[in-house]
Amino acid sequence: MGLPQAKQNATEARLARLSMPPETGWTKLPREAALARVRAMGLPGSRDEYWRFSDPSSLIAPEAPRAALFEVKDEAPVFDAMDRLRIVFVDGVFDAEASDELALAGVEIDRLGGAAGQDIHWAREVYGTLEARGHEPVDRPLAALNTAFATDGVLIRVTGKAEKPVNIIYLHRSETSDAHLHHCIKVEAGAEMTLLENGPAAARFNKLMEVDIADGGTFHHIRTQGRDHERRAATHIFARLGKESTFKSFTMTANGRMTRNECIIELTGDNAVAHVAGACVGDGDFVHDDTVFITHDAVDCESRQVFKKVLRNGATGIFQGKILVQPGAQKTDGYQISQSLLLDGDSQFLAKPELEIYADDVACSHGSTSGAIDETALFYLRSRGVPRSEATDLLVLSFLAEAIEEIEDEGIREEIVGRMAGWLSRHRG
Amino acid sequence: MLEIKNLHVKLEEEGKPILKGVNLTVEAGKVHAIMGPNGSGKSTMSYVLSGRDGYEVTEGSATLLGEDLLEMEPEERAAIGLFLAFQYPVEIPGVGNMTFLRTAVNAQRKARGLEEMDAATFLKEIRARAKELKIDAEMLKRPVNVGFSGGEKKRNEILQMAMLEPKLCILDETDSGLDVDAMKLVSDGVNALRSPDRGFLVITHYQRLLDHIKPDVVHIMYDGRIIKTGGPELALEVEKNGYADIRAEDA
Ligand SMILES: Nc1ncnc2c1ncn2[C@@H]1O[C@H](COP(=O)(O)OP(=O)(O)OP(=O)(O)O)[C@@H](O)[C@H]1O
Ligand SMILES: [Mg+2]
Repeated sequence: MGLPQAKQNATEARLARLSMPPETGWTKLPREAALARVRAMGLPGSRDEYWRFSDPSSLIAPEAPRAALFEVKDEAPVFDAMDRLRIVFVDGVFDAEASDELALAGVEIDRLGGAAGQDIHWAREVYGTLEARGHEPVDRPLAALNTAFATDGVLIRVTGKAEKPVNIIYLHRSETSDAHLHHCIKVEAGAEMTLLENGPAAARFNKLMEVDIADGGTFHHIRTQGRDHERRAATHIFARLGKESTFKSFTMTANGRMTRNECIIELTGDNAVAHVAGACVGDGDFVHDDTVFITHDAVDCESRQVFKKVLRNGATGIFQGKILVQPGAQKTDGYQISQSLLLDGDSQFLAKPELEIYADDVACSHGSTSGAIDETALFYLRSRGVPRSEATDLLVLSFLAEAIEEIEDEGIREEIVGRMAGWLSRHRG
Repeated sequence: MLEIKNLHVKLEEEGKPILKGVNLTVEAGKVHAIMGPNGSGKSTMSYVLSGRDGYEVTEGSATLLGEDLLEMEPEERAAIGLFLAFQYPVEIPGVGNMTFLRTAVNAQRKARGLEEMDAATFLKEIRARAKELKIDAEMLKRPVNVGFSGGEKKRNEILQMAMLEPKLCILDETDSGLDVDAMKLVSDGVNALRSPDRGFLVITHYQRLLDHIKPDVVHIMYDGRIIKTGGPELALEVEKNGYADIRAEDA
């Protein structure tokens, strides 16, 4: 079955601008397999059902659309005050100078870019593997494109309790940079780590993370997508969870002309727990898409999806979230909520929540709402002397709270609330 | 202190008139009580005074300390010293009670040209006031009114009032839903705030509250007007005979 001509042309036009790194080493085979997947699926088009709400054209255009550099003058980068191991990429290129030494008790860290010649056997089993599993039943061609052409990324094997969080910091110094980064994380049985990500990665970036968590492992992920308003971003997280393991990922997004965050999770061992949450705020020319697919394929697992979007001045928020409960995945506890707060009549929230259940003893619930600021609550706050703008900010934070509360670490939670408050105070009225 | 003259108010959407010529003056240092049957317009009056949307003033005026209330935003009214303890306090998930109160206190101080209260002083103040009202530290940390019992919500209103130190306090059925002990706590809280430069407008259905908070003047509101004004004995009369006699007199 061939692809429609237009799709094939668009795909080849994009591929013509990309080349695999010269030293592919052990990644050669998975890259070639991924390239074959891209050609078979074709890159996404606006007529694809899975891209019905978000136009992928800026993500697949041969050239990255120009994105003005963003200079944050008035505040320190997020997570700056934390004790963490820093790994810095500038426009997708590793910056050894700005990074800490890649050594930390409890983890082994390598780079994809530097690992080409080495045989990092654990990474062989992960690189492209979870991505390749993630196309059923929906194609994710941008993920396959990433596996084929990623220039760098970090490879982290967690063997114990990581001594401190690892922070991948992205910097953007070129208006036309176009980056593919691919991270692999293997959490061994009973091991535990926290990964932080922040900063604008490039004018356009395609970022992918594969997280393989063995029995009893724990992985926390907190990421912020910041104030680089003109970025175009496609990100994927593929996670596979073993028995009694925990995966928690939270994303804060502010601004961004086009951000599509996909998260694909497979619960393959009994009693595993997966939480994904997102809090986003958008003003004006803003499209933010959270697309989540959680597969329950074991007994007694829990999954939670909590997504909140605050939209104003014509901003668009999208949520596509699915819980798939496979036959035999009894005692599944699945929860999904996606909500938007529309601060004016111009903004819109498009949501497609889905449940597909093939087991009979499960408890799954989902809900999706769109609403305005609660006038009664606003009056209550104002009657106590809080000016309208500040009262509105408080109610926005109140709306976002359920998502932010998914972050376990209190310090990080407060940091995120502070960042949100800062953003709100700069985007009033 | 508070002067309401010939106040006529209708609902913006339905155009239905609710207040039909209210006249009322509350002097500094005095406690005025308002009683009246359900639906007579007591809460509407308190909302209109504090600036809630959805009402249209078609006639009359309301001033506090000589300033025209009706022209002001709700937060401005609060800043000049108006406080309404809500009949139904609002739940605000995700905003801590303490954060909320601190924001409110400092917003009012700012509006009055005062410096912000520093965190330590604020904490000391709120702990002391909360203790008097038997509000525990845990409740201060919880989101505003979320999961509070009816009585806890009412006590929380009084805590806010105590922290904000308003000039004119309107209490809309603060006694409803309170058990006997809580009624005493709340009344003590209110009485502690009585002072020569502060006025109170206490809306209630029951004499019981007025046993604790002794009013100087009692008004009866009926169908959007004050139809009778008297001393504390008026409340006793209502308690005994209901509103029928008073209505008959008015007619
Ligand atoms: N937003 C509204 N929409 C429709 N009707 C309203 C609205 N607000 C007030 N009313 C009506 O106005 C009248 C007065 O209501 P209000 O709440 O002021 O009475 P009240 O004296 O406080 O009564 P209660 O003792 O029961 O608290 C009632 O008939 C009520 O139904
Ligand atoms: Mg009422």
